[in-house]
Amino acid sequence: MAVKSKEAKPEAAGGQSPHPAALRLHGVRKNYGHVVGVDGVDLTVDEGEFFTLLGPSGSGKTTLLRLIAGFERPDAGRIELGGRDVTSMPPHLRETNTVFQDYALFPHMTVGENIGYGLRVKGVPAAERRERVERAVRMVRLVGLDKRRPNQLSGGQRQRVALARAVVNEPEVLLLDEPLGALDLKLRQEMQLELKRIQKQVGITFIYVTHDQEEALTMSDRVAVMANGRIEQIGPPLELYERPATEFVAGFIGISNLLTRDGIKFVVRPEKLHILLEEDSPEPGMTVEPGVVEQVIYVGQSTRFNVRLDQGEPLVAVRQNTEAADEALQIGGRRIRLAWAPEHTYVLDQQQEPDAKPASVENTKEK
Amino acid sequence: MEGRWTKLALRIWAALILLFLFIPILLIFFYAFNTSNIESWPIAGLTFKWFTATWNDSDVRSALVLSLQAGLAATALALVLGSCAAFAIHRTTFFGRDAVSLLFILPLALPGIITGIALNAFFNFGGITFSIWTIVVGHATFCIVVVYNNVLARLRRTQGSLVEAAADLGANGFQTFKDITLPLISTSVVAGAMLAFALSFDEVIVTTFTAGAQSTLPIWIFGQIRHGILLPEVNVVVSFVILVTIIPVLVAARLTGGGGAARVPAAR
Ligand SMILES: Nc1ncnc2c1ncn2[C@@H]1O[C@H](COP(=O)(O)OP(=O)(O)OP(=O)(O)O)[C@@H](O)[C@H]1O
Ligand SMILES: [Mg+2]
Repeated sequence: MAVKSKEAKPEAAGGQSPHPAALRLHGVRKNYGHVVGVDGVDLTVDEGEFFTLLGPSGSGKTTLLRLIAGFERPDAGRIELGGRDVTSMPPHLRETNTVFQDYALFPHMTVGENIGYGLRVKGVPAAERRERVERAVRMVRLVGLDKRRPNQLSGGQRQRVALARAVVNEPEVLLLDEPLGALDLKLRQEMQLELKRIQKQVGITFIYVTHDQEEALTMSDRVAVMANGRIEQIGPPLELYERPATEFVAGFIGISNLLTRDGIKFVVRPEKLHILLEEDSPEPGMTVEPGVVEQVIYVGQSTRFNVRLDQGEPLVAVRQNTEAADEALQIGGRRIRLAWAPEHTYVLDQQQEPDAKPASVENTKEK
Repeated sequence: MEGRWTKLALRIWAALILLFLFIPILLIFFYAFNTSNIESWPIAGLTFKWFTATWNDSDVRSALVLSLQAGLAATALALVLGSCAAFAIHRTTFFGRDAVSLLFILPLALPGIITGIALNAFFNFGGITFSIWTIVVGHATFCIVVVYNNVLARLRRTQGSLVEAAADLGANGFQTFKDITLPLISTSVVAGAMLAFALSFDEVIVTTFTAGAQSTLPIWIFGQIRHGILLPEVNVVVSFVILVTIIPVLVAARLTGGGGAARVPAAR
């Protein structure tokens, strides 16, 4: 999955490849009056890549998708699809299809007619159309519902219709705006696998919007973290998690512990922290700092320790409950030492301090 | 919450109001069949003679024809202008859009007598001779509003993203209009047209000021009542007008999903 380009620089990804990049954005900017929608985005997405836009609400994810689909014209910058400049091309001529955040199903058409509409306006013969619609209906597991109207479906079923309606056209680039937001956990996980399968099978490039970091990390080839209309960092999931470039990224993905020592700001992930009791000694080469366990939280598969270092910073340590956690729960209030290997810390990019409101260090988002 | 007695009282109250509203109308239906031409209760007997008399009355006939013609013409005009205006206001954003939208609706809120006098003055000023067309223009002032209101309300209720979704799937502007927009607003257009026709068909005040020598059906009725002659014929005509106006209003209410009747202009 993460065999893709390692480089954080977006331009490098599709550089000399024989195929033109599926999507390329150059300095794309879009404001709504004084509100910043998208603020100068450069981006290259390879053909067949599963690319995710991750960011908090209002960070410009939907706006970026709308620019790519052609519903909005950028104030500045250029958009290329498959090597062609489409900046001023109307949406109906672009080789993209969108799964809308609010589904946007046609209320006066049945599920089948909704799914087949794209093929119909493109003049695909009726027989082929029927067959492809049928296949799409099977794919999203809506068999038997194709004669229903959208208002006779549950939220999750509507979302799947929206998905089928876009995928059935086999576009070059599929734009998905939180396509699994309305589904329950089980169906969501099933559909995640299904989406991955579809994407591999049909070879469509996915631009996938989500604010669920776990979804982003598990599904994507590469992820772009957005904040305030700008891309903070682009990279494979592993790189974003292990080597966040900015404080914002570190705070947004996973729980991050931010420390400043000798004027250097760095991140240590909770699972990399070792808790040492009085009798324990650290492994050689580890950094050790004393502190107090303020709180112990049992999370089921793991236990979380909120520790206050003697130097003042709060840190979160997480331990997998490989054995029963009874004894771990006893150490609340005790003095301990935290140890970590220097190679597990990541120094944050100092110069490009985001004017983004820095994410809280004690970001409590679970995994 | 409500006790049995409250419920019962409410029902009786509602029934009384309905009776109050509809007894006079029913009375007219009965009088239309009255053998005597003196309106008194109980009626003397049942007869169809007033129907034949009315049907053979050439004044009534020409009034009916004029009413139908003016109503249809005003409705047609309203259909075109009203829905175009609704589309324009819905589609575009410009400074003062809400003010313009209000101006569209204003003719409906304006008392008919003001519209009538204003139009009368205007036609005189422009040296325009009064004819069926001046009536049509007079009626169009409020018919347009009805269509406009219905279509705009529907456009606002339809998701804007549907048009985008159609474009996203490859439909050009014409296909989007034909496959998505038109089917979604069609019932509101029809409903608006029916209400417009119903309004035009029984309009008196504006017509008084914009008609020439000819009479529309309501004007004819008005004249007869003042002179107090042919009252039984009036009852026949009124019964007919009631049917002609009520049917489209009911259909329109159904088409707009029940709420339609509530949008029937209050000014009437
Ligand atoms: N049509 C619009 N008019 C004015 N401002 C807008 C418009 N659309 C978006 N914005 C603003 O642009 C910014 C980015 O919005 P966008 O919808 O792209 O966020 P998002 O990342 O998709 O958020 P969410 O996760 O909540 O969907 C927000 O500040 C939003 O208020
Ligand atoms: Mg969004």
